[in-house]
Amino acid sequence: MATTDIAVPAAHDEPKRGLSYLEITSGLKSWLLTIDHKRIGLMYLGSVIFAFFLGGVFALLLRAELLTPGKTFVDAKTYNQFFTLHGTIMVFLFIVPAIPAALGNFFLPIQVGAIDVAFPRLNLASFYIYLLGAFVAIYSIITGSVDTGWTFYAPYSTETDTNVIPMVAGAFIMGFSSILTGVNFVVTVHKLRAPGVTWGRLSLFIWSLYATSIIQILATPVLAITLALLIMERAVGIGIFDPKMGGDPIMFQHFFWFYSHPAVYIMILPGMGVISELVATFCRKKIFGYKAVALSSIGLALVSFLVWGHHLFVSGQSEFATIAFSFLTFLVGIPSSIKVINWTMTMYEASIDLKTPMLYALAFIWNFMIGGLTGIFLGVLSVDVHLHDTYFVIAHFHYVMMGGTAMAFVGGLVYWWPKMTGRMVDERLGRVSWALIFLGFNLTFFVQFIMGARGMPRRYYNYLDQFQKFHQFSTVGSWVLGLGFLVLLYALVQSLRSGVKATSNPWHSLALEWQSPSPPPLENFEAPVVVTHGPYDYHLVKTTNT
Amino acid sequence: MSTAAEAHDAEDQGHGADHGHHGPKWLAHHFDSGAQQFEAAKLGMWVFLVTEVLMFGGLFAAYIINKSTYHDLFVLGHEHLDKRLGALNTVVLLFSSLTVALAVRSSQLGERKKAGTYLLVTIACACAFLVVKYFEYSHKIHDGLLPGRFFAGAGMPKETHIYFALYFMMTGLHGIHVTIGIGLIFWVWLRNQRGEFSPAYYTPIDIVGLYWHLVDLIWIYLFPLLYLIG
Amino acid sequence: MGAAGYWLYKHRRRPGDEEKLAKPTPHSTAIEVFWSVGPLLACIGLFHWGVVSYMNMRVAPGDSVQVQVRARKWAWEFEYANGKITDQLYAPVNKPVRLIMTSQDVIHSFFIPDFRVKQDVVPGRYSTLWFQATEAGTYQVFCAEYCGDSHSNMLSKVVVLPPAEYDAKVNEDDTKGVPLVDIGKKVYEGKACNSCHSLDGSPRVGPSFKGLWGKTEALADGSSVTVDENYIRESILNPNAKIAKGFQPVMPTFQGSLKDRHIEGFIEFLKAQK
Repeated sequence: MATTDIAVPAAHDEPKRGLSYLEITSGLKSWLLTIDHKRIGLMYLGSVIFAFFLGGVFALLLRAELLTPGKTFVDAKTYNQFFTLHGTIMVFLFIVPAIPAALGNFFLPIQVGAIDVAFPRLNLASFYIYLLGAFVAIYSIITGSVDTGWTFYAPYSTETDTNVIPMVAGAFIMGFSSILTGVNFVVTVHKLRAPGVTWGRLSLFIWSLYATSIIQILATPVLAITLALLIMERAVGIGIFDPKMGGDPIMFQHFFWFYSHPAVYIMILPGMGVISELVATFCRKKIFGYKAVALSSIGLALVSFLVWGHHLFVSGQSEFATIAFSFLTFLVGIPSSIKVINWTMTMYEASIDLKTPMLYALAFIWNFMIGGLTGIFLGVLSVDVHLHDTYFVIAHFHYVMMGGTAMAFVGGLVYWWPKMTGRMVDERLGRVSWALIFLGFNLTFFVQFIMGARGMPRRYYNYLDQFQKFHQFSTVGSWVLGLGFLVLLYALVQSLRSGVKATSNPWHSLALEWQSPSPPPLENFEAPVVVTHGPYDYHLVKTTNT
Repeated sequence: MSTAAEAHDAEDQGHGADHGHHGPKWLAHHFDSGAQQFEAAKLGMWVFLVTEVLMFGGLFAAYIINKSTYHDLFVLGHEHLDKRLGALNTVVLLFSSLTVALAVRSSQLGERKKAGTYLLVTIACACAFLVVKYFEYSHKIHDGLLPGRFFAGAGMPKETHIYFALYFMMTGLHGIHVTIGIGLIFWVWLRNQRGEFSPAYYTPIDIVGLYWHLVDLIWIYLFPLLYLIG
Repeated sequence: MGAAGYWLYKHRRRPGDEEKLAKPTPHSTAIEVFWSVGPLLACIGLFHWGVVSYMNMRVAPGDSVQVQVRARKWAWEFEYANGKITDQLYAPVNKPVRLIMTSQDVIHSFFIPDFRVKQDVVPGRYSTLWFQATEAGTYQVFCAEYCGDSHSNMLSKVVVLPPAEYDAKVNEDDTKGVPLVDIGKKVYEGKACNSCHSLDGSPRVGPSFKGLWGKTEALADGSSVTVDENYIRESILNPNAKIAKGFQPVMPTFQGSLKDRHIEGFIEFLKAQK
């Protein structure tokens, strides 16, 4: 089979290089009006990190409020606003754009060997649309806030006296940013691959982004129209969702989850892609079952459109629909487990290098496994009836999103940081932050499974005394988690100020982005790219110095 | 995994990538060839049109569900629409679809002046459509046939307002698309007059044309759904 | 699956030297098919079990005791076949009970963790739920669908009684021979007036009851009203007719769920809040 042998240049053979994309122009204008996908990616990165910080502050506040039943330091209305803002900021401002728009924007074109995305100006426009949406959403926080939960369920959202319209409008606007990014990625993957980058040589990160883009394109417009209908319902009472005007509140849930369930895959699929990159690089091994992992991304994207009804098992939809949705929900488990098992199999007899990004990948696999298996519990109809709308669901969701996607985001960030900035993240600080985050996360959320199974409903400001010890345990965990992120932030800032200069390929990866200097030049590569091997073909490497 | 075999295929394809090209002005720096740029733009527009279909799809779904709940009230409501004006608008839009297609053809053939004329006719049709829509809307506002709290339809059950809510949402969203379309066509008309297009490069006219066909197509569905029920 | 995954990476990590390459694991279709089809079969098994038990949960036996449930911000109300209305759900032991539920404002969800049942309660339609308690006792009821400020205080209890005691409870007239002010106190707590109206003078969603009686209350439309029997009665039955200044018109009506004697009792109770 091995007709091509890959000669890996030794680490000290640094290619000669010109100015990087960071140095080629300077000044504020060169950033704000840039059409370079790398700079746009960095601007997204800054925005989503800020959003994560803001959402995190609300998370810590609401956990602190739950230290005691009843009032700890804010009243019920404020608490309700805390969890709403935590949810909306984390979902719409952080986790949806986090990996695709920040890391994806930076690395998708490089990994296909292109100079830029297909529509660079559209890319910049989509960043500003995102910012506009974010500002409109933040405007609603300043002018009266929102207390509907991030799901905006009608008719509560049409009759609460808080400022729902700007928040919904913000999410509506950000949806367009998401759509345009998706269009850009799909076209880039189809039309801008460098010679030799065949579909079978696409990195699994790209496969996952491609699947994500499909969902963004197909699902987000439905969210847009749903939110538009909700705005109209609140403004003039059009009678689609509000029973007082002749509407049907369950229809809102169907519409909402038709987007928001696939949206969950917009959030997790890119994370899975990052993990595939990390596992391959740090195991120095081809991902076991490349095709299965790639196709399982597409499979997840398609199945994700057919399972929205599992959010409505106790809403009063017909029993027949409920049973059908339950069956389809189980199908989601198959591609997910294929991925997890294949990553694990890749580690079998590998040469695993436990650097910080790999530690985050392991954290992802651990958390995602718990998150995924508890998802199976929720898919079983009669079990879900009990667990629905309890802390069990909260814990499940956070194990997949926070323990999954956020871990992948941080892992990918530390992994690609040298490529983006030209500097390494301190390994010791990275490991300390990892330990704190992993420990804090599990402390915070594992206990919520127990609480939920014992019947603690979600979105409760006040609770029965029997739950207090669990809540306190969880709150203390959230402090450890918060501390971990502060250490990570410090590590990143320290790297920017005085980090060790990165070589072009500090992790000895075969993936295409590492064959370009760190940081890359404006057009991504010093010379036109012709690719002759896949990103994970470690078995073809001719070892030179052992 | 047959990566090694694929490596050979790729080398066979080997279209000499030359990134340091100095192609024609309209060729963006990150594309290798005009064909690649054209295909990318076209694929992008098609993908975008898919999102448009899904956005209207949400409204169609709301329409179908409410119509099955309130069938008689929908029939009652639709009697207040003017079928003749609706039909007139359908013809106007269909004709504009033809002219925009002719504009694309003319620019393919390099007939810049003709293309400009066709684009202007398209704009005129689109404006005529909006004018007719304006008369229809003002008639409804006058009769109080409005959604929600503003509904004041004489002799109609309260829930009839849902029909008008959907009517205004669907035609309103479509109207916004028509307005955007006018802007886009005007933009390509300007570029056409400046002589930026040639048989080698007419991508903007082509993709704006695609967009306009979709706007037309959506109306083809709206017209029977709203005007011709019962 | 979980154990196997954990086991694999625990035992296989080998911090090798930088340049050392992994031993390639040959591709194996058999293995991949095995771990695709295995979980699939397991999932189908779980699905089947879920559906069978779910259908048992959904279909109530024909001889069930029927109780109407009304939800409003932020209290539950239960009405029995004989017209009796209570704030806690009374149920006979070892007999199926079927609830027919609706909401008067937003979506709520009726949740009894001990019985493992939950069902959303939706305005404008009826939803149902049934259970059969096997032991007498008191069980917690939660509202599980977020419904606003006092969502977490929208609690109630299921009181499961032996059949004789159940019959007595459902047929007893709980206002007979009880002082009016005590009836009022029960109304105040049972109808969850306390989630919006405090007794200590601090305003919540609505004005506090402390010192309210006899006061001249400024209204949102600029006029004012003296708090007397008729104003209180109107505010209970038609709450949005006169809105006190600084508050929102959000109170639900209690028409049909309070008898005259309850209202009279409540007025006495209010008079006592000085």
